[in-house]
Amino acid sequence: MKLTDFSNDINEWFDGSGPQADVVISSRIRLARNLAGYKFLHACTDQEKSEILKILKDVLMELEIGDKSFYISVDDAPAIDRNFLVERYLISRHHAFGKGPRGAVIANKEFFTGMINEEDHLRIQILKGGLQLNSCFEQINKIDDMIEKKVDYAFGTTFGYLTACPTNIGTGIRVSVMLHLPALKMTGHIDKFLNAAKAMGLAVRGLFGEGTEAAGDFYQLSNQVTLGISEQEIIDKFEKKIIPEIVEYETAARNQLLNKESELLDDKISRAMALLRSAHLISSQEALFLLSHLRLGVNMHEHMGVSTPAIDGLYALCKGSDNKTNLSISTINRLFMLTLPAHLQINYGKELDPTHRDALRAKIIRSTLNG
Amino acid sequence: MQCQICKKEQATIHLTEINDGVRNEVHVCENCAVDQGITVKSQMPINELLSSLLSSQPSDDEMLAASGQELACPDCGFTLDKFRKEAVLGCPNDYEIFSKALMPLIKKAHEGKSLHCGKVPSRAPKTVKKQVEISALQQQLNEAVKKEDYEKAAMLRDKINQKNEKNSK
Ligand SMILES: [Zn+2]
Ligand SMILES: [Zn+2]
Repeated sequence: MKLTDFSNDINEWFDGSGPQADVVISSRIRLARNLAGYKFLHACTDQEKSEILKILKDVLMELEIGDKSFYISVDDAPAIDRNFLVERYLISRHHAFGKGPRGAVIANKEFFTGMINEEDHLRIQILKGGLQLNSCFEQINKIDDMIEKKVDYAFGTTFGYLTACPTNIGTGIRVSVMLHLPALKMTGHIDKFLNAAKAMGLAVRGLFGEGTEAAGDFYQLSNQVTLGISEQEIIDKFEKKIIPEIVEYETAARNQLLNKESELLDDKISRAMALLRSAHLISSQEALFLLSHLRLGVNMHEHMGVSTPAIDGLYALCKGSDNKTNLSISTINRLFMLTLPAHLQINYGKELDPTHRDALRAKIIRSTLNG
Repeated sequence: MQCQICKKEQATIHLTEINDGVRNEVHVCENCAVDQGITVKSQMPINELLSSLLSSQPSDDEMLAASGQELACPDCGFTLDKFRKEAVLGCPNDYEIFSKALMPLIKKAHEGKSLHCGKVPSRAPKTVKKQVEISALQQQLNEAVKKEDYEKAAMLRDKINQKNEKNSK
């Protein structure tokens, strides 16, 4: 398995399908586990890390997790490959740029990743499109059971699964939901959302951006409390309370734009399209910013059946010679992912300096959006 | 400690940022944090936050000192001093050895909770499973008492007593 076998397309979970996909991009559940009888990772020598890596790699590669599994030796992968895996949400930045022997097992069409020797000995995750936390948990829980038949986890009655950092003990679960909230941003209500999330004890992160800013209006919400509450209770909070509320806010903001500020909405959408179709150099940040506005227009058309001069204009512009449009959420999601720096370079076949990346990015976007 | 920005309010948010190996500490009040957009920008690794919590709270410092700062784990050689620097522990055993010193911090990180009540490995002894079930009930009991729902609290207490009796038999 080579990275180029799948670098030309988006992950299946990012194809724009799934429950509530107009606002909820994806659901992810990650479990942190450590082997009993070993020190936590950062106190281990490289020799010990290699031992742990071998044990867990063998266990994970033998499991039947849907489609074929493959292993990536992260510590000796080139930086560009590691960045690529981070861009696809297959491994964390911490894992990509950590130290010592470590690796990742990826399986079932990228729905599953097991990161070995990240901050803990093992972090396993399931990622799905839309709001699907229960199904993520069902699968990851099964995989966890299978692993647990072959190894002894560090576990204590009082603190549950023992992790290197005390913030992850208990269930060791991290539930994360990725959201696209362009209308809340445009209407100036995004701070309310951020404060509400904070008040509920959640962590909010901007996504896709290179720093901490939310580029393209993508936000990730995660639980912080892992002890004294069951896995199902944490998931229920997200599925039944937190996420439905946010979806409602974002939908209300979209309606507000439509009914009261349609010029603002149309202006943002038309400008985004005009720039994306004509730019010859475009940075990753600018592309994310503009694609987000375009995505909002397409979303409102696909999910709400909305028609405005700007939205209708998008579809008129994207008609091919066969009179069919190639404009869809999945087209735009493809542009989001395939124009990220490491994706560009892996698909181009060699490293590119920033200016050449900006040129290649602009070219891909232009050719996709010009019918 | 005073807020570094408005120099009026009490600083309640303590951030430690590490940029290119240079440690930078910021102490601000809630309002200024919101103004500065720190809620979004402060997404540094959680253990950074922890270590800054640890280093900025004298009460925790005293706690650490009182519970034996010199104590080292026989399995991994870890000390609390090291934990304060790195914000991660050395081995699973450390949770027992340093439990007293870690407890305030664990409670702070988990909204006051201190007992696991989720999944238990299927290989774990039955008594462990039972104990975790009791922890879950205990937690519900605490909630009920907080909400002054004494009827429910009494019911939960009976349940816990029943389970405890079965355990001891
Ligand atoms: Zn202030
Ligand atoms: Zn230890």
